[in-house]
Amino acid sequence: MIEQLVFYLFGAVLLISASMVVIMRNPVHAALFLVLAFFSSAAIWLLLQAEFLAIALVLVYVGAVMVLFLFVVMMLDINLVALREGFARYLPIGLTIAILMVIAMGLVVSSDYFVGDEFLVKRTLADDYSNTRELGLTLYTEYLFQFEVAGAILLVAIIAAISLSMSKLKITRSKEPGDQVLVKKEQRLRIVKMKAEKSS
Amino acid sequence: MIESVFQLITQYLLQPAVSFVLPVDYQAEGLYVLQTVVKIMAILTPVLVTVAYFTYAERKVIGFIQGRIGPNRVGFFGFSLWGLGQPIADAVKLIVKEIVIPTGSNKTLFVIAPILSLAPSLAAWAVIPFDDTKVLANINAGLLYVLALTSLAVYGVIIAGWASNSKYAFLGAMRSAAQIVAYEIAMGFALVGVLVAAGSLNLGDIVYAQSGSFIHWFWLPLLPLFVVYFISGVAETNRAPFDVAEGESEIVAGFHVEYGGMAFSVFFMAEYANMVLIAVLSAIMFCGGWLSPVQGIVPESFLSTPLIGAVLDEGMHWLLIKTSFFMFLFLWFRATFPRYRYDQIMRLGWKVFIPITIVWLVVIASLVVGQVPPWFDG
Repeated sequence: MIEQLVFYLFGAVLLISASMVVIMRNPVHAALFLVLAFFSSAAIWLLLQAEFLAIALVLVYVGAVMVLFLFVVMMLDINLVALREGFARYLPIGLTIAILMVIAMGLVVSSDYFVGDEFLVKRTLADDYSNTRELGLTLYTEYLFQFEVAGAILLVAIIAAISLSMSKLKITRSKEPGDQVLVKKEQRLRIVKMKAEKSS
Repeated sequence: MIESVFQLITQYLLQPAVSFVLPVDYQAEGLYVLQTVVKIMAILTPVLVTVAYFTYAERKVIGFIQGRIGPNRVGFFGFSLWGLGQPIADAVKLIVKEIVIPTGSNKTLFVIAPILSLAPSLAAWAVIPFDDTKVLANINAGLLYVLALTSLAVYGVIIAGWASNSKYAFLGAMRSAAQIVAYEIAMGFALVGVLVAAGSLNLGDIVYAQSGSFIHWFWLPLLPLFVVYFISGVAETNRAPFDVAEGESEIVAGFHVEYGGMAFSVFFMAEYANMVLIAVLSAIMFCGGWLSPVQGIVPESFLSTPLIGAVLDEGMHWLLIKTSFFMFLFLWFRATFPRYRYDQIMRLGWKVFIPITIVWLVVIASLVVGQVPPWFDG
């Protein structure tokens, strides 16, 4: 009973906040609703005993990615009027893509794959079932190669992002702490002798 | 003793209430919910009292370090009692003050921000094991849960800074966001070390993996990670010497410059609750939690003597002593170190701590694989 209440609560919050992400005009509000959407979907995953995935979602997306996202959205001075320009022009394309996506999702949900009793009742797992352990075992044995390839791609992306941001800045103000420690008084300070003015 | 009090509350208070209100089918679940609420209250009331008196302790300790007396006037019933009534007087003052919401601010977010910064630091107490039996939620991924919740605290700061519609608040929020994201990575890697050493994400199992005397605790094999974790914890709670987010000399009070009254004090409570949380986590993950330091050193017969045995044996009091020590360190740091320069904070987080943790992960993994005594044999 409690489980169902929790499910419906977080399901409702998820749907409402996901729609608010699209509806909201202020980008900061939209980003905050996206955070709420992530959070409630993590709660729903927790109900399915996928605790590692749920907490990783909160940790990675809510705790790090969305923080940086908000950071950027808050720093940018977004012109809302310019954002809404050309709404009518892009409407047909947008609607077409939206309808296509709805059809695709409908096909996936109504396909043969999701038919059967196993999807009607929630699987009950053993008490000592550990989502973390299971995921680790699968990732590092069965899918080891794919996992390592994904890791390598991410590493390349990180290096590329850093080198892109470094190459433009020829003049940086970054300091070398080692040099700063070794600075002597004579390099920074000049003592000037001044004659005292005579009082008239 | 705590168990029997809980039994009595269940029997004479919750059971009748549930059977009076709910239909028979839902009574078991209703009772479970009520019992959980009682447990939450039993954990959070002492935590909040600790938070209140931690502010008093901070003023006293820093006062003594700087050769002052600290608050010593407010007491009870005409006795000054070294100023022990000070936190209560402060609370009353803050409650009756007006909360000013600035014009041009985003009102909803302005009010939500303090709540968002306090809530995660209180929610994290759900998985803290106080004892081998006393824990609210004994979940498998306790370590991850704690890490996820400590990473949420930044939202309160960012939203407060943005919603205030003030340059100073916004600057403070930006500084804080960059700092927290930087130190979270080092913190996460330090906790991966704990996970490798203990072989479990459950906080209770992590404590059990440290059983033995105090040299069996993880502070010794994980010493660099321990230091990195605690310093990152200081940085994550925006405390001195990493408190540029509220640097008084440049940006007045940083993200909470526009807050007053109770809204400000919720931020204040969140900061102190976060410190207590970091202290208790350090005690659990690196210093053996509720385990006794003399376990395995003094003979077993000694532990069964009536009075001394109860003190020396493992129990909640050891966790409290260790936590208090780490809480004292926060105050000591604040009284000792000058504030870091911002670029030095970033350098320390990204270029010093993260490499140290990655190197030590390799070391600790080899120690575990090689089953090096006295920590990993068995």
